[in-house]
Amino acid sequence: MYIKRSDGRGFDELRKIEAKVGVVKSANGSAMFRIGDTIAIAAVRGPRDLYPKFMQNPKSGILRCNYNMMSFSVDERIRPGPSRRSREISLVTENALLPAVDLEEFPNAVVDVFVEIVQADAGTRCAGICAASLALADAGIPMRDMVCAISAGKVGGKILVDLDKFEEDYEGGSTDMPVAFLPRRNEISLLQLDGGMKKDEIIKALELAKKSCEKILEVQRKALMEKYQHG
Amino acid sequence: MDNISKEYLIKLLEKGKRIDGRKFDEIRNIDISYDVSKHAEGSARVKFGDTEVIVGVKLEVGEPFPDKLDEGTIIVGAEMLPLSSPDFESGPPSIDSIELSRVVDRAIRESKAIDLKKLCIVEGEKVWIVLIDIYTINNCGNLQDASSLAALAALKQAKIPEYDGKNVSYKNKNEKLPLVSLPIECSITKIKDKLLTDPSLEEEKMMDARLTVGITESGEICAMQKGGKGVLTIEDVSKMIDISLKNSEKIRKLLK
Repeated sequence: MYIKRSDGRGFDELRKIEAKVGVVKSANGSAMFRIGDTIAIAAVRGPRDLYPKFMQNPKSGILRCNYNMMSFSVDERIRPGPSRRSREISLVTENALLPAVDLEEFPNAVVDVFVEIVQADAGTRCAGICAASLALADAGIPMRDMVCAISAGKVGGKILVDLDKFEEDYEGGSTDMPVAFLPRRNEISLLQLDGGMKKDEIIKALELAKKSCEKILEVQRKALMEKYQHG
Repeated sequence: MDNISKEYLIKLLEKGKRIDGRKFDEIRNIDISYDVSKHAEGSARVKFGDTEVIVGVKLEVGEPFPDKLDEGTIIVGAEMLPLSSPDFESGPPSIDSIELSRVVDRAIRESKAIDLKKLCIVEGEKVWIVLIDIYTINNCGNLQDASSLAALAALKQAKIPEYDGKNVSYKNKNEKLPLVSLPIECSITKIKDKLLTDPSLEEEKMMDARLTVGITESGEICAMQKGGKGVLTIEDVSKMIDISLKNSEKIRKLLK
């Protein structure tokens, strides 16, 4: 049984979070989101013209996400360029953000969201989504809600949130369940699971994730206020 | 899909009916046939109604991953053939085929369905690589569950070829592939507030969101993937898991 977390956190406790908006000056919107030792930056470019033209939607703008890990962001170097993993994460990131944005005002246009993982210590897709949501808000894209994401799961028999790399690789068994919430609407826009959990454990982990997302929302809100109150 | 058929489908759903007459939690007829390609180490054809996929398993000798020197490896690929749907085109793997294969892979890997330690030949040097290739033959919806079941069926009867340290003798296969768990994937789509098991193509095209749940014999959930552009609530997830738990048992019984 996993009795004490490796870094001494409570089982419902998140790692230290930092968020900053406006980190890529030339972009329409951008943000950095750091949780523990995982650092993501996101930039939004657009709404801008979409080419090739056949991809255009005359009824609404489209959202296009690209998730990438920098080659040096982990111990074993990652070959630069898209991988099957990064393409799948780009897809689920897009699906996680889409319910929150309203692009009807921008027919035929594209809103590009670029997510880069600078440093990885588990939970990179969730950190990326948190950064992307901030960047979309910073870019002034019409939004129904923010998007907050966190990984919940089970490590050594314990239900907990925000797994770090040690916990993700825990030898006594680890289940990782990344979740994204639209916190005010109480809707789930990302849900994946790797490992093994019973149904009641999943529901418990989802409730924990929901509470954690409220904390993340608070950090996101502060980061946005900071830029727009003083900047 | 045009708006008229969408409206018609939704009207039907509101009356509690599906376009093909099934109940909301009813899966289509499933048909499994084995040994559909004799040079494969294991192969199977699975039909969910008119949806059809073929999966073949090949084994090769290769190097282990540096972090798991005493374990064989699994690679899952999916080809969404243009032959199987007007929506599929030839060329490099589409994002849908990547998701399809990665979610099939997830249930097999995370449930530890294959005893990978038994696939080690020389620790740190040589291991068996299990290559699972999915080919879609006809897409009438829910390629995910059909592919997952076909992969499992192919693995279930796969045999390891003889290896003398230099050459693999594909003509002589005796030992069974060590398959120790049977994770079943069940996909449910949400349209408006309705949850539909084993979605047809029409239902998939108009779905708000989808959840695929991978379930082991012990009722443990070993894999999940939310698909689609829409959202789910915790209550939805809870109901979807319940339906999947029930259906996964039915489906597992079909594997001989």
